[in-house]
Amino acid sequence: MHKWPKRLLLSSLALPLASLPAMAAEKIISPTHLWNEIWQEVFYDLLLIGIPFGLAAVYMMIRYRAKSPGQVGEAVNLSPAAAWGWILIPCALFLADDLLLFGKGWTLWNVQRVVPENSVEVKVTGHQWYFDFDYGKGVTDSELVVEVGKPVVLRMTSDDVIHSFGMTEYRLKEDLIPGRITYLWFYPDKPLVTEVDCMEFCGTGHSQMATKVKALPTAEYQAWLGKHKSASAGDLKFASQSDGAASK
Amino acid sequence: MTTATYDHAPAHSGGGIGAWIFTTDHKRVGILYLIGSMAAFIVAGLMAIGIRIEQFAPGESGLIQYFVGDIGKRMTTGDAYNTALYFHGAAMILGFLIPGLTGFAANYLVPTMIGAKDVAFPRINALSVWLFYCGIILALLTFVIPDKPDVMWTGYPPYSIKTAGNTALYVFTVHLIGFSSILGAVNFITTIIYMRAPGMGWNQLNMFVWSILTGLTIQLIFVPVLAAAVTLLLLDKYVGTGFFDSARGGDPLLYENLFWFYSHPAVYVIFLPAMGLVYDIVATMAKKNIFNYKAAVYGGMCGLVVISGEVWVHHLYVAGMPNWLRIGMTMTTLMISLPVGLMVLSLWGTLYKGAITYNVAMMYAGLCFVLLLFGGLTGIPLAVASMTVHFARTSFVHAHFHFIMALFAAYAVFASVYFWFPAMTGRTADNAVSKLAFWLNVIGTQLTFWPLFIIGVDGMPRRYWDYSPEVVGAVRSENWTFYHHLSTYGAAITAAGIFLMIVGWVYSAFAGAHVGRNPWGSKSLEWTHASYPIGPGNFPEEVAVSADWTPYNYAK
Repeated sequence: MHKWPKRLLLSSLALPLASLPAMAAEKIISPTHLWNEIWQEVFYDLLLIGIPFGLAAVYMMIRYRAKSPGQVGEAVNLSPAAAWGWILIPCALFLADDLLLFGKGWTLWNVQRVVPENSVEVKVTGHQWYFDFDYGKGVTDSELVVEVGKPVVLRMTSDDVIHSFGMTEYRLKEDLIPGRITYLWFYPDKPLVTEVDCMEFCGTGHSQMATKVKALPTAEYQAWLGKHKSASAGDLKFASQSDGAASK
Repeated sequence: MTTATYDHAPAHSGGGIGAWIFTTDHKRVGILYLIGSMAAFIVAGLMAIGIRIEQFAPGESGLIQYFVGDIGKRMTTGDAYNTALYFHGAAMILGFLIPGLTGFAANYLVPTMIGAKDVAFPRINALSVWLFYCGIILALLTFVIPDKPDVMWTGYPPYSIKTAGNTALYVFTVHLIGFSSILGAVNFITTIIYMRAPGMGWNQLNMFVWSILTGLTIQLIFVPVLAAAVTLLLLDKYVGTGFFDSARGGDPLLYENLFWFYSHPAVYVIFLPAMGLVYDIVATMAKKNIFNYKAAVYGGMCGLVVISGEVWVHHLYVAGMPNWLRIGMTMTTLMISLPVGLMVLSLWGTLYKGAITYNVAMMYAGLCFVLLLFGGLTGIPLAVASMTVHFARTSFVHAHFHFIMALFAAYAVFASVYFWFPAMTGRTADNAVSKLAFWLNVIGTQLTFWPLFIIGVDGMPRRYWDYSPEVVGAVRSENWTFYHHLSTYGAAITAAGIFLMIVGWVYSAFAGAHVGRNPWGSKSLEWTHASYPIGPGNFPEEVAVSADWTPYNYAK
């Protein structure tokens, strides 16, 4: 389902920009780190635009105060050439900046939306007001537990209203929509325990709808996996049945 | 020019309350819009105070129920907070910003700026203000009924279908106010096209008139989409159809698309007239022509109309839309910078070589420069889908649209009230109290919203009343508490400023200092040719303008 947009992205105009996912086979680029880097650059871009406009406004507001009552401003009438110049040159500059931001955004987008091969798949279901996670082979949990160094892809849906899986620390989120399956992937490159919050309004318990994402070193991850495998195949059956029943 | 008959005639002479209710005079309709939209603003503002108190610290304040009229505290904090959020958003946008700009300001100013005696369809104008009041009254029932709406101003299904809250109240409010604004749009577009004074060409219009023409064109095209979307929502909830409910084979994403297909252009229905007001105030107070008028009008305003319908997916960047569509709409969204950039250059350029006098209206207009700059710049990262993957639904978004919509547009409305106060009443509201109120507003609003940008970058989720350590982590909870403290203090200062401002208006309307005709030295028809204060029929004589007249022709 998600294959053809990926091809479209890879094969379209900006090949240099789209070349990053091809490198992903060798080394996984973390969408989290790339987001942080690009945000730095975008932030400087905002300063670069904002400071001249801000200073110009303040300067002119002070400089051009009326010196005497009844004074009128000097009419600034542009020749047709100057008027077009004041349209075309700024538009070219704005468009250049737009393209720059678009290019950076697209680079990041390809990393965010193209799932590395061999990612570990986890199914996420949103409920009012909790998440549950199905790791396959009868393993379920109310927290997202992953192994450090292995990219994880989440296949997500909801069984009641729209929720959103907000992984603040990983700079990622995507909605959980009843009747649809959405996806999100992330790269836990270091041991980390952090919060996941519901980020789409879902009712009374919206601000308490949270869980943890635990990126554990391999030994601890295996210990967690072993414990859950032995514990509760019955629980999973119950959970998946209620998934179907609750959406009436 | 002016005759004795009209000079110093009371602006709104005659009749009791009935004459006001059944008026077809565009100026009275405008005043009714101002009163109705300020009522919505005050109640929405009280909700904002409730929201800020609830967010002051993690955990329950125990006060939010009182704000939504649940004196017996039967509602949970979550439900009461959601109702406060719903009312704040819906009332600010549908009850205050759109009617304040396209109801009050357009009614009062458009006919007088173009030299017309009234709007094209005065009775339809009366009908539209009645529908608006019906909508306001319906919305206020929120505080009376037990099953209060709690669907946010967006009303996303399936939540709005499944909730025990009264979604019908939301839908009918949207219907009434939407119908009112469609009538208003038809009326003003007709008025501007057919009722300009003889000789008044398209390049001689006030910027505000252009902004209303372009803004209401957007409104006329897109409001029916919203009306259709909420009607289908109503059928889903109460009749049992399945347009949006996935349990019945519908798709919630369809509603999100329909909703934002209207609601993003609606941002420009607010932005354009606010921009028009700022232009007119700045040009008059700088005694200066508009810099590159045609670029701002045809490139900026008309350009924004063209692009307004091609960018809505940026509200759905994390809503599971196709990948290619999200990256495509990133480019169209970034290209909003072209028409807006032309307007910004033209507005900035209007200061150049001006002779600026600062009355309180011009002070608010100056504040609008700052708000426009900050609001516009923070929109740039939000245009980029991959950046928004983190920013979506954080208080960064919340602060961004408060800067560009709530603050920029609201202060443009307030500036316009101060600026045209003499034309309405023959008195001025420009005094020491109004200047104190202005500075309280400046300090208060910056203190309210800058902390929200900062914690937004750190991921503070929107629409959360609680940010306890177990939800967002101990470090974030502690840091955010500090910033939420600042923001709540800012809201308190803003509230004081707004209170002083409104008290100042009411006082000045009845007891303010008299000022002579055209106190700001404007060249625009509502000051030079209309009776003063503007009375019945607007103009004592037929107005005709010459080919070299413009409302900004200060230096001959």
